Formats: sequence, C-alpha cells, structure tokens
Amino acid sequence: MEKFSHITSTIVPIKVENVDTDQIIPARFLKATTRDGFGENLFRDWRFHPDGSKKEDFILNDDQIAGQVLVAGKNFGSGSSREHAAWAIADYGFRVVVSSFFADIFKNNALNNGVLPVQVSQEFLNELFASFEQDHATEVTVNLEQQEIENKATGSKEQFEINTYKKYCLTNGYDDIDYLMSLETEIKAFEETIDYL
Amino acid sequence: MAGKTLFDKIWDSHVVKSVNDGPDVLYIDRHFIHEVTSPQAFAGIEQRGRTVSRPSQTIATADHNVPTKDQHLPIKDALSRKQVEKLTENCERHGVDLYGLNHPYQGIVHVIGPELGITRPGITIVCGDSHTSTHGAFGAIAFGIGTSEVEQVLATQCILQPKPKKMRITVDGELADGVEAKDLILYIISRLSMSGGNGYFVEYAGSAIRSLSMEGRMTVCNMSIEMGARGGMIAPDEITFDYLEGKEFMARGTEFEQLKKQWLALHTDPDAVFDKEVTFDAADISPMITYGTNPGMGVKIDEPIPAETNFADVSERNTFSKSLQYMGLEASERLLGKPVDYVFIGSCTNARIEDLRAVAKIVEGRRKSDSIRAYIVPGSKQVEKQAMEEGLDQIFAASGFELRQPGCSACLGMNEDKVPKGAYCVSTSNRNFEGRQGPGSRTFLASPQTAAATALTGVITDIRSLN
Repeated sequence: MEKFSHITSTIVPIKVENVDTDQIIPARFLKATTRDGFGENLFRDWRFHPDGSKKEDFILNDDQIAGQVLVAGKNFGSGSSREHAAWAIADYGFRVVVSSFFADIFKNNALNNGVLPVQVSQEFLNELFASFEQDHATEVTVNLEQQEIENKATGSKEQFEINTYKKYCLTNGYDDIDYLMSLETEIKAFEETIDYL
Repeated sequence: MAGKTLFDKIWDSHVVKSVNDGPDVLYIDRHFIHEVTSPQAFAGIEQRGRTVSRPSQTIATADHNVPTKDQHLPIKDALSRKQVEKLTENCERHGVDLYGLNHPYQGIVHVIGPELGITRPGITIVCGDSHTSTHGAFGAIAFGIGTSEVEQVLATQCILQPKPKKMRITVDGELADGVEAKDLILYIISRLSMSGGNGYFVEYAGSAIRSLSMEGRMTVCNMSIEMGARGGMIAPDEITFDYLEGKEFMARGTEFEQLKKQWLALHTDPDAVFDKEVTFDAADISPMITYGTNPGMGVKIDEPIPAETNFADVSERNTFSKSLQYMGLEASERLLGKPVDYVFIGSCTNARIEDLRAVAKIVEGRRKSDSIRAYIVPGSKQVEKQAMEEGLDQIFAASGFELRQPGCSACLGMNEDKVPKGAYCVSTSNRNFEGRQGPGSRTFLASPQTAAATALTGVITDIRSLN
C-alpha cells in the first residue's frame, strides 16, 4: 500500500448527499478479476450518457477542475460493500475523500487502499463547498501526522479522527494482512480454545 | 458489573487480540464467498505465496453474476463466464467447497447458508457482500466486508475490525393483516433513515420480532445495512432451533441437543446497556413502499409522498427533490394506482420459500396484468425444488409469471435481468438506488405480497384492498 503523510491539493466537489457505492461504481462494472482500471468507470452513470458520450455538466468532465481530494455531501459510500468503489476512487487518482459522514464499510475499504477518509463537521464542509464556488483553484492541506485538514482559502482548520493503528498503517504503507499474518501463533492458540465448531 | 448484550457475548468470545487504540482481531468461524468479490482476494494471497488457511471454514457459491435462464448452458457473457470460472479454479486450487451453477445447493449466498445449516447461533460470519447481515437472524454476528478483508480471512481466518456500538430496536405488539417482515423493516428504516444505524450493530427484540418465522427474521436482519448499521441480530429461540434441526450440515441427535443448550445462553442480559435504544409499536406499521432513491425514503402504501415542506433542512430537501426527479414523481403524489412496468420477486431479502408461497397464494387462479413483466427468481436450487414439489411453478405459469433459476438477478442488474431506463419496477429486493436494477431503472421497494398484488392489477396496489 502507498504511504500517506500529507497532501496539498485542489479539490473536486460533488455536492450530493448519500452517494452510494452503486453510483461510485455500478454493479455491471464489477466483472473484472483484477483490481485495476476501475477509475475509468468511476461515477459511470453520472459521468457518461448510455452511448458513452460525456455528460458535460458533471464535474469530472470539466477539464478545468482536477485534484487529489474528492469532497462530497454527508453519508458518503453507503450501500454495497464492494471494495471496487474504493479501487475506482484510488485508480482515478484521489488520495483523500472529505465528507461530513462516511458509511462504515466504505471507510474500512478506503483505508485498506491508501485512500484517507476525512470526516469533517457540516460547517467545515459547507465552507469548503463555498470556497470552491468562489474560486475553483481552492486548495486544502490534509496532514495525517497532525490529523488536521485546512481550507487554504479561508484558513479554517479542523482535526479529524483516525485510530492509532490505522494511522500507523497508512503512514508506513502497511496492510492489515501483514499484521494479521504476524499473529499466526496467537490465532492457532485461540483456535485450540474453540469447542463449538 | 452490568450484564452483557448478545452482541458483546459473541464478539468478546471471538477476540483473538485487541490492538491498542485500534481494531480487534476477530476470529471468523464461517466465511462465505462468491464470484464477484473474491477473485482479487485469491490473487492477493497467491501473490504472497499463501494458501487458504482454513479451507473447511470457507463456503463458495456463484450467485451475483449468473444467468437465471438456461443455467445448464455456458454463460453467454464472456466477462461473467470468466468470473465464474475463476471462482471454480480458485476453489479447486485451495480446497474450498463450491456450490456452483447446477449444483443442487447453489443459490444466493445468504439463502443457502441458513438452509444448509451452515449458519447457526453464536458464531461469526463474514462475506464480501453487505447483506451478510441476514445471518444475524440466527443470533450470529454476521456482516459484510470488502475484498481486502476477504483476503485477510482467507489468509488468517481473522479480520481486523473496530468494535461497533450497540443499538436495540424493540418492536412490540402484533403486526396487522397484510403486514409482513418486509414492511416492518422498511418502516423502521423510514423512521431511522438510511444512515440512522451508522456505527451500530443492531439487536432486534420485542414480541413482534419474536413472532416472526426464521425467514421473516432473515428479511429484517438482511436490511439492517440499509439504515447504515454494521449488522443486525435476533436472539435464538425455539423457532430458530426448529428451523435448524435436520438441516444438511447441522449436527443431529444428542449433539444437536447439546448445541441447543449452549445456544439458550445467547441472549442479552436484563441489565445490559445499549448505546442507543429505539422502540416501535407493531400496530403503527402498514404495508410500506419506497418512493425515492434510498431505502429510507419509504411511506405507508396508502399515504402520499411527503411534501417538500416536510424537509426543513436545505440539503435534505435537495436530496428529496433530486430523488423525485430521478423517479419521475411529484411531492405529495399518491402512489396507489400508479402504473408500473416490471415486478421483481427475488433477492436475498425475499426469495425464500415462504415468499414464493405468499405470492402463489395471491396469484392463484388469477392472471397478471398484460402490461407487467413479472420475474420470480428463487433464492436457491433448494427453494426452486421445493416450489416445484409444492406445484407453485404451475400456479405461477398459469398466472403468467416467469419462474426463473436462482441468482441475485435484477436486484443489482449484474446479469442480463435488468429493468430498462425509465421503467418502473415494484421489487422485493433491498435497494432502490439510482440505476440499481439497470441504468435509468426506477425501483419501488415493497413486500412480496404488494409485488404480487401489483403484478395482477398493473398498478401499485394495497394488498388489503385486493378482492
């Protein structure tokens, strides 16, 4: 997994609440057997017409707007557990998703793929949307070590939460599985105690 | 010391180790896999030079992506075929039991686990599918995971998971005629919203829950994720034990009796404390239907869609308007009598034998409306077989319904069973998201009874008013 320390980037705002994983990556694009290439179909049906032509009014199709930080309305990533949603976001080039609320499974999936979910207050989120409206070049800085996000346009800062373990993993680029495999002895010992299976 | 909740009892007994200010290392007893969310996990462990650590604890089936017609023929769609073949190869290579296409146990993963007696009280179950919460109906901790986590379980039989908070939802009283488990859960979600359960694991309790059959309880637990909850569970009781007795992989005789004794301890202690408690009165629940693009946007079927003025919050009002625009509906509009194009009876929420029986009872001796395309997709080969033994297939055929073969089908539109752009579908599935049943499809979630009644009349129909 790619390491994460801090990032300063322009933002890509999607001012919609309850963005579910069916919107992030529709089910018909889940037929691949590798993790690659899902970015192509990120937000597929918001981004493209059925004939494959671009929907010009969707933000990802605006050539003037780009960035590594996706900003979305509250309850981002609800619905299906498909990790393909996190793969699509990472593959497209986002390293951070900012929202005022994340669905649980999505949060885990994002963290397992080096994408940092940053949960902020509704006020901070609204201000960030407003800053972008005023100036599309608005930047944010996300500092994992300090657990802090800053709206560079206004100077507003906010702390965000992440547990010590996940922070350590992201900072060092470690996967959960590396850690779990190091526990082989403990897991075997635990299995010795099971009598119900 | 305060007592423990059912959730705590099971969770705590499965913690191999707690990581300081981090997640727990949770031991997983049973792991279900399917073709869509497992190939990358197998590839991952192989890249690390590992094999599946406890193959007997993983069970596979092909469901999400399979056709529901002509299953004996090679799958036409090349990508789907490759995915299903990949599952077969992976299972063979790693010694995992696979109930693939044409196997008598094949079916939707959350239907086959319980019907085979693999699902049982007191255990931990995960699957790369959010509706894994279904298995909680047996008093198990069951939840959906991502593919990286599937890989963790394949490699180590453990998962790293933060312990969720606990919520109890109590529903007391009796459900009225025409009101089913599906209405009960749609009602709860409409009251708590699609994110009201976020961060929580739910225990359902109360007399209305206790009186549900196992299949009804599965429908309720299945949709826990639709309010954002990590999972849902119900304490096991005689109804649970009766269901499990004699199932294919369930212990028998004295061994089963022994298990029952252990399972009786699986309940929340009277003095246990939940982080949140919610109560509902069963008498307040009517047949429900959704009008919007998330499962929390539901109303009693004889009530109008809310007015815009019901949403004080600007962003909520925007979400509401955006949903109605997608659905081609107006605020304050009544849904009863609205023409629909498709009826889908299926999915891990409502494709069990009781669901099919309920539909058959309504449609027997009647014809479906000519304007409706109606799919009935059984949850498993065993459900299909049972339906045929009971002659339900004949009833469906005589009424103009198509009984297809088992799979997830039009619930998520991964295979060719899709609802076309702009068409309306009354569906017994679990999600009404934009494009869920096919690009541009418009979904009304409802119970099997409501779906059957609607198929007969061609318009959204209150089962209580069907003559």
